[in-house]
Amino acid sequence: MTTTNVLFEVGLEEMPARFMSDTEKQLHEKTIAWLASIRLKYDQLHTFITPRRFAVQIIGLETKQDDEEEEVKGPAVKIAKDEANNWTKAAIGFTKGQGKSVEDIYTKEVNGTEYIFVKKFTAGQSVDTLLPDFKSVILDLHFPKNMRWSNQTLRYIRPIKWLVALRDEQIIPFEITNVKTSNYTFGHRFLGGKTVITKPEQYEQLLNEQHVIVDSNKRQQKIVNEIKELEQQHNWVIPIDESLLEEVTHLVEYPTVFYGEFEKRFLDIPKEVLITSMKEHQRYFPVMNHTSELQPFFVAVRNGTNQHIEKVAKGNEKVLRARLQDAQFFYEEDQQLSIERNVQQLSKMVFQEQLGTIADKVNRVNKIAKIIARKLSLQDDVTQKVTRASEICKFDLVTNMVNEFTELQGVMGHKYALIFGEDKEVAQAIEEHYLPKSAKSELPKSLVGSVVSVADKLDTIIGCFTVGLIPSGSQDPYALRRQALGIVQIVKERNWDINISELIKEVQQLYIDFTTSDEMANIHEQLHTFFKQRAAYIMKEENIEQDVVEAVLAGKLEKFAFMIEKAHLLSEKRNDLSFKTKQEAFVRVLNLASKVSEEVDVDPQKFKNNEEKALFEKYQAIHTDYLKALTNKKASVAIELLSQLVTPINAFFDHTMVMDKDESIKMNRLALLSYISKDIKQFADLTEINWKQTHS
Amino acid sequence: MNIQEMILTLQKHWSDQNCILMQAYDVEKGAGTMSPMTLLRSLGPEPWNVAYVEPSRRPADGRYGQNPNRLYQHHQFQVIMKPSPDNIQELYLESLRKLGVNPDEHDIRFVEDNWENPTLGAAGLGWEVWLDGMEITQFTYFQQIGGLEANPVAVEITYGIERLASYIQDKENVFDLEWTNGVTVGDIFYQPEFEHSTYTFKESDTNMLFELFSTYEKEAKRTMEKGLVFPAYDYVLKCSHTFNLLDAKGVISVTERTGYIGKVRNLAREIAKLYVLEREKLGFPMLKGENKTNDNN
Repeated sequence: MTTTNVLFEVGLEEMPARFMSDTEKQLHEKTIAWLASIRLKYDQLHTFITPRRFAVQIIGLETKQDDEEEEVKGPAVKIAKDEANNWTKAAIGFTKGQGKSVEDIYTKEVNGTEYIFVKKFTAGQSVDTLLPDFKSVILDLHFPKNMRWSNQTLRYIRPIKWLVALRDEQIIPFEITNVKTSNYTFGHRFLGGKTVITKPEQYEQLLNEQHVIVDSNKRQQKIVNEIKELEQQHNWVIPIDESLLEEVTHLVEYPTVFYGEFEKRFLDIPKEVLITSMKEHQRYFPVMNHTSELQPFFVAVRNGTNQHIEKVAKGNEKVLRARLQDAQFFYEEDQQLSIERNVQQLSKMVFQEQLGTIADKVNRVNKIAKIIARKLSLQDDVTQKVTRASEICKFDLVTNMVNEFTELQGVMGHKYALIFGEDKEVAQAIEEHYLPKSAKSELPKSLVGSVVSVADKLDTIIGCFTVGLIPSGSQDPYALRRQALGIVQIVKERNWDINISELIKEVQQLYIDFTTSDEMANIHEQLHTFFKQRAAYIMKEENIEQDVVEAVLAGKLEKFAFMIEKAHLLSEKRNDLSFKTKQEAFVRVLNLASKVSEEVDVDPQKFKNNEEKALFEKYQAIHTDYLKALTNKKASVAIELLSQLVTPINAFFDHTMVMDKDESIKMNRLALLSYISKDIKQFADLTEINWKQTHS
Repeated sequence: MNIQEMILTLQKHWSDQNCILMQAYDVEKGAGTMSPMTLLRSLGPEPWNVAYVEPSRRPADGRYGQNPNRLYQHHQFQVIMKPSPDNIQELYLESLRKLGVNPDEHDIRFVEDNWENPTLGAAGLGWEVWLDGMEITQFTYFQQIGGLEANPVAVEITYGIERLASYIQDKENVFDLEWTNGVTVGDIFYQPEFEHSTYTFKESDTNMLFELFSTYEKEAKRTMEKGLVFPAYDYVLKCSHTFNLLDAKGVISVTERTGYIGKVRNLAREIAKLYVLEREKLGFPMLKGENKTNDNN
């Protein structure tokens, strides 16, 4: 089989760096799918991407599809032939429809009936016919943000400048937005030029000569190597942030690493500010010494060679200096202000249109934090710190520094609070109350920080629910799901004995002005469900089965650690053969009790047999202890106590007809079962569980 | 190269690309984009190529002439080309060469930056251009203006004159920049910077400004109802500047703030629609000259 080599390149105005990794991945996957759809095999497939182009190189591509022969079934022979044994219109029509004649007919039996058939041959198409369709792959790439340009109607990541489409030395013809395919590409914007590609396999080499490293891995490697060289030369430590490395790799076509310096005096500015300035704003790598102290240097990547690199370094130093001057100015200015003045200023910042200003929020957070402190019975000195931290937790939002570096909210609050002489734990809580920042990131380390964090998040969640900003689908602009998850994580990790449901109810009173009391009960239910979903997420993270999660979450929310303990216990019992009889007895009770809609009291006078009496007595004997075990969060003790009911339950069912003809006897028996059912449900709704004990 | 020569160079360069050279628009505004030469003319099907210097007032950035980088009023050099030409990046880089910035000796990059101005219902995609790590130009393909889809798409290039000059002249302080031989930015602008800052933050008559805002707003609506696009738009610009003065003074409460921005946005949107409508009534007169323009290319 002869093969051919193919190259497609799309030249663009600079693509956004953040979309490039995904674009290359899509290009790879979609090309593979496309090659499969045109039924051509190949040896190798390479994809390339730089800010100004993406490309696909296919080496050893077959030049022709395999021929295909397929058997096509026609009508039954008795329809295809008339009495005189001639082909009927039906048969002729069928062969014509397949581009065949009656001579091609053969017959075969299918399920006892004779049918006519023809063999249809499809000649494999040549690669030249198939390749122009690569256009569909180019147009099928998906970008998170598309644009239009000039008079074009196409929406694409950036304007298309040129198209290369080559099969060996031949141009594959197609066009997109008036740009026709050709065999020439363009090198580096300033160091390269228009270049003819004669053979697809020369692509990488030819562009390298034009100062474009098309392989993003090679560009990245060049950057890493040069950073390592600088580390060695200067005895530095340069931590390589992966996402920054990826970004700079995708910002250049030909990377050259260089370093610059800044005045030592700027090291007085908090290092977080310096690092943010360098990394986020300028895409520089900060430099450390071997004891992790920040050094007055930065490492950057230039798009080009080391020609005139001193000039580039000098220019970058000037820019950084201006930024750091600003930062230093802000740092000094901010220290002239007081925390009290800043807190007052919060009344000028909106939190949410209906929920008022940040000052209003802080006021509520303070109240919520105190409620939590009370529920946790925190000591007075801790409560005082919680109170103070919650009063001032947002004061840095009006500082110059946070205004300029929004990502440093909390971090600057921590620093400034220490400078202003606040208690250490209070200062730390200001930083920690923003944690956790994502589902898997770190939680507040301190108790004070944890309380304020939960209070702040609760305020946002309950506030938003109250004014109707409830997340739906992908719509969650206030990140309420993440915040609720954060609350559950903190409460669980800290092993707080807090009933979230009750806490929400109490906190909801702070929002009475935004709604009606009727509506509030409704909102409470929504909040309850919302937090249950987060709790379910956490349980699933702990590898608890979905059905067990549902069983435990069927009732009210309670202490998370206890719910998880119950879940783990049930998870175990779910597969435990020795629990089978118990579970069956409980489920039977639950199922029957579910038929009772109203509350009826048990009347011992109405018992007719000993088994009824015995069961009721046993129930009475364990009931108080059982509830105590639940209150004391002793899951296994509670299960043990419940298990004492199993024998009397089974005896009861063996000797008692619950659905007695006498309505009052029947109701009395159901009332007894409801008593027990209510107790079981306080543990979990066992009917939700798909019991997996092997059948004996 | 002093600022005056820079401006002359840019004017010559873009004039050679068939841009109409306009003068600064005579109503206060926060950015060159807000000039009707950009905001209105970018709408509709008519071709439009224009270049002009725009003094831009940002009251909140006033620093009494004390900050080396921030100004109450700075200058932008604004270019609009509709439809966006295919070689627009090359044309831009050529202009840098003419300003004496040789790309071979520097690091020039196009870094993604999407521009959005909710007050004007405008959004675009593009880049900020970095010169050795410094943002010197905003480069935007308008996608939407005044809430209307841009079609054909106009490209906007906004050079920050003082930024670029501080690089070209290698000065740390904006007031040390040379405007023309022997005359610095400080000579010309220090006093107005100081006085405008004083006015903005201390002396402005808040009640009067509030009254002016509602007067301008009423007049904008009234003129709009008469189908007078350009006069109505002038009053929108006045609303916007008045709002900026009030906002800088910190007298607009947060709840009111959203309301004021909303008012300006709604007016701008209405006017954008009206502009296209009125141009259509006139039969999009500049479309007729389209062939002529193409011949010149």
